[in-house]
Amino acid sequence: MSKKRRSLVRAAFSAVTLVLTMLLLSGCGNYMVLDPKGPIADKQLDLIIITTLLCSIIIVPVLIITFVIVWRYRASNKKADYKPEWAHNNLLETIWWGIPIVIIAILAIITIRYTHELEPSKALASDQDEVVVQAVSLNWKWLFLYPEEGIATVNTVTIPEGKQVRFELTADSPMNSFWVPELGGQIYAMSGMSMALYLQADEPGKYFGTGANFTGEHFANMTFDVNAVSQDDYDKWVSEAKSSPEQLTAEGYEKLSEPSEKEEPKLFASFPEGMYDQIVTKYMHEGAELHQHGSAQAGESDNGKQTAEANSEEPSSTHSGH
Amino acid sequence: MLENIKEFASEFFVTGDPLIYGADVSIVLATLGIVFVLTYFKKWGWLWRNWITTVDHKKIGIMYILAAIVMLFRGGVDAVMMRTQLAFPDLNFLEPEHYNQIFTTHGVVMIFFMAMPLMFGLFNIVVPLQIGARDVAFPYLNSLSFWLFFAGAMLFNLSFVIGGSPDAGWLAYPPLSGSQFNPGVGQNFYIWGIQISGIGSLASGINFIVTILKMRAPGMTMMKMPMFTWSVFAASTTIIFAFPILTITLLLLFMDRFFGAHFFTLDGGGNPMMYINLIWMWGHPEVYIVVLPAFGVFSETVATFARKRLFGYASMVFAMVIISIISFFTWAHHFFTMGSGANVNAFFAVTTMIIAIPTGVKIFNWLFTMYKGRITFPTPMMWTIAFIPAFVVGGMTGVMLSVAPADFQFHNSYFLIAHFHQVLIGGVVFGYFAGLYYWWPKMFGFKLNEYLGKWAFWLWNIGFYVCFMPQYLVGLDGMTRRISVFSDPNWVGLNVVSTIGAYIMGLAFLFQVAQIGYSIFRHEKDTTGDIWDARTLEWSMPSPAPEYNFAVIPQVHGRDEWWEEKERRRRGEKPWQLGPIEPIHMPKNSAIPAIMAICWFVLGFGLVFHWLWMAIPGLIGVFICLYARSFSAHKAEYYIPVEEIERTEATLRGGAV
Repeated sequence: MSKKRRSLVRAAFSAVTLVLTMLLLSGCGNYMVLDPKGPIADKQLDLIIITTLLCSIIIVPVLIITFVIVWRYRASNKKADYKPEWAHNNLLETIWWGIPIVIIAILAIITIRYTHELEPSKALASDQDEVVVQAVSLNWKWLFLYPEEGIATVNTVTIPEGKQVRFELTADSPMNSFWVPELGGQIYAMSGMSMALYLQADEPGKYFGTGANFTGEHFANMTFDVNAVSQDDYDKWVSEAKSSPEQLTAEGYEKLSEPSEKEEPKLFASFPEGMYDQIVTKYMHEGAELHQHGSAQAGESDNGKQTAEANSEEPSSTHSGH
Repeated sequence: MLENIKEFASEFFVTGDPLIYGADVSIVLATLGIVFVLTYFKKWGWLWRNWITTVDHKKIGIMYILAAIVMLFRGGVDAVMMRTQLAFPDLNFLEPEHYNQIFTTHGVVMIFFMAMPLMFGLFNIVVPLQIGARDVAFPYLNSLSFWLFFAGAMLFNLSFVIGGSPDAGWLAYPPLSGSQFNPGVGQNFYIWGIQISGIGSLASGINFIVTILKMRAPGMTMMKMPMFTWSVFAASTTIIFAFPILTITLLLLFMDRFFGAHFFTLDGGGNPMMYINLIWMWGHPEVYIVVLPAFGVFSETVATFARKRLFGYASMVFAMVIISIISFFTWAHHFFTMGSGANVNAFFAVTTMIIAIPTGVKIFNWLFTMYKGRITFPTPMMWTIAFIPAFVVGGMTGVMLSVAPADFQFHNSYFLIAHFHQVLIGGVVFGYFAGLYYWWPKMFGFKLNEYLGKWAFWLWNIGFYVCFMPQYLVGLDGMTRRISVFSDPNWVGLNVVSTIGAYIMGLAFLFQVAQIGYSIFRHEKDTTGDIWDARTLEWSMPSPAPEYNFAVIPQVHGRDEWWEEKERRRRGEKPWQLGPIEPIHMPKNSAIPAIMAICWFVLGFGLVFHWLWMAIPGLIGVFICLYARSFSAHKAEYYIPVEEIERTEATLRGGAV
């Protein structure tokens, strides 16, 4: 190795070391996914750790072997063996087909078990009662409806701690994804259907929630707070919300669903019954079939707008179809 | 009248952003510069005869690679701009609208217009030479493939200054990409840019399959093919099954947008989930299409620079074939979070994990190729070695992502971004760089400067880890992809580091440009045609290869035929018994592919703006080209006489054949 090259290598190594140190230092903070606050996120973290360990069984030796082989068999090391024709060995090849197969088999079994256990629409405990929160992705804010309590919020959710919450997800916008990393993984929120996601907070706190699937221009603003509070505080919050001066009406919803950039958190004392089902089945109206022909002729650029307007004029009584 | 023109121009051209005006000016200046240089040095004829109308696979390969490097620059500038915007919280360097366009074009350019042409460039340069063929099976079609790619790429890139760029992500999920939420022309540019170049890709896939099946030198059985050729075969087979899905999917999206159909709309019984399934049925095989040839490159470089036969040849072939088959059964792992149910998710989780097995086996085989070898470290080998840790770690995070319930926590976060950049840069880009450095002397007859190359190598590698390692962490901290701005103070440190990494990679790219520029003027000439003392047939001829490649096609006996031939000569045994030189049958140049590509461009541009008066003549032009070719194909061949071949060989080899 020339002097120049050696200094180059040294510079590279010190740069890498510097970065690793920086990462370790910044690694002292708590990362949401690695710091779960609910049973779902907890199990998902277990799974992440199991996977990492299983993979490490192969990865770590491979990295070491790579370094050793490259170092030992460098051309300048004349002491090392040189067998240019050695290109096949049944035993070795069986070993490195075999070990990954075994590890992947183990991982596959674990994954299949957990996939069923952590099926997002499955209740955490079937004998426990639950809070239902319906989340609607709009451009660019989240609307939350509490069908049992009859209240609604924008960009903020309050849930009781220690109690399972059934989130029902849909969208009146391009497909989004509902994610509260500290409580558990995400599920898509899609128009024309309702997805269920069970989550639970084990301790009170303010958790970060976000839309995770790109929905257009101001997608970055689709974050929300999840406040987990004690049951007493939750009841208090519900009654406060009920006495809030604002009510969400059908017209109010139309206005809310218009694209907007930054929406401050809001509380609504009430919302029209069956609103969530109406949003879900919005595009299933028989009327929609008819309007679609009209709008196709009108030219494609205002296709969507026309359909949306036409739909909003429909009497909103249909609950069928879902 | 004037008012009308003004109004049209303000909608037609993208206005209002100084960055774009800058781009406008530089595009005009660059075009004028090129026109001036070509005219001043009287090079128009040269450009036309030697490049635009060429059907020579080596020249087509060079054009692919040149275009890919330009596109790497464009995609890289996009990346640096994104990282600049995300360096600090609440920055206003890019408006959300602009940011969304840039991450969309970054992805599209890097996959379709950088990785794919770089891959086809290497296919073109290497495959015929490696299997002892005089060209690809269909040289005319090959030229057409290139020009279709080029027309598609130009059409797509035009959206930056005309009409506006697409902004619905690189896979353009509806309904966001449908006319309801995206009425502008940007998505039309997306559809037609990709559609036109995709036809070229499909044709190339067919071309290389036939070339490999039918045009190998006598004695080269399938199991004696060089590993790169095997990887091309596996990738091309994957292409011909995957690309038709893309074509149809984009066609359906086009029908939604153009005719008001309802395949993927929210209303009228459309189903956006169908699109997501279809696009990933192509999209997942696509990532294996681009990574398999990189595996092929590593198999060549590792054997050459360890000066040892490739370990576990049969395993390697089997692994590659398995990967390309299973790649068609994993697509749903891109949307575990769609809620398809536990059984569906479990199935796709397991198929995804299974791919890790053959991939891991390949790593072991490369390692044991080096074991008991004599390893030297010129730049192609450095990229090969750097690939191993990068890809191993990227593969591990890939397995982590494949565990469906855990994926709920990774999906669409920066963890995912870090993963796929790690495998795509660490695998594909490192692989293609290794290939580019390795075969550069074969393409141009000289070696790239090693000193600048090593600077570029280290900067790339350091920048790569500095950029993407923090992204894993910030993803675990809840930062999702495609946000144009963030305000969480916890994410600042990691984002700053990541941006620094991106700039280091940008600097590394400049070093590569400088390396190429410097090497053109001062370089080590490849006088022997075998500058690396390598193993396969492409090194048995002068660099660059004559237009007919092999004066006499050699008889192949073993896998590393050229290495064995050199061994025979070293031992003083009888060298190759090459038959007498005979007249060589060659394809003639043709202007039709370039003209047909222009017609496609006109057709695409017309459809983007819904200008049927422009689209229909474009389509008619395409048919005229097809017609013209059908009735002139029999005149498109000629023979190189023996004397000329002998003369060429004598000059290239200094008299000794």
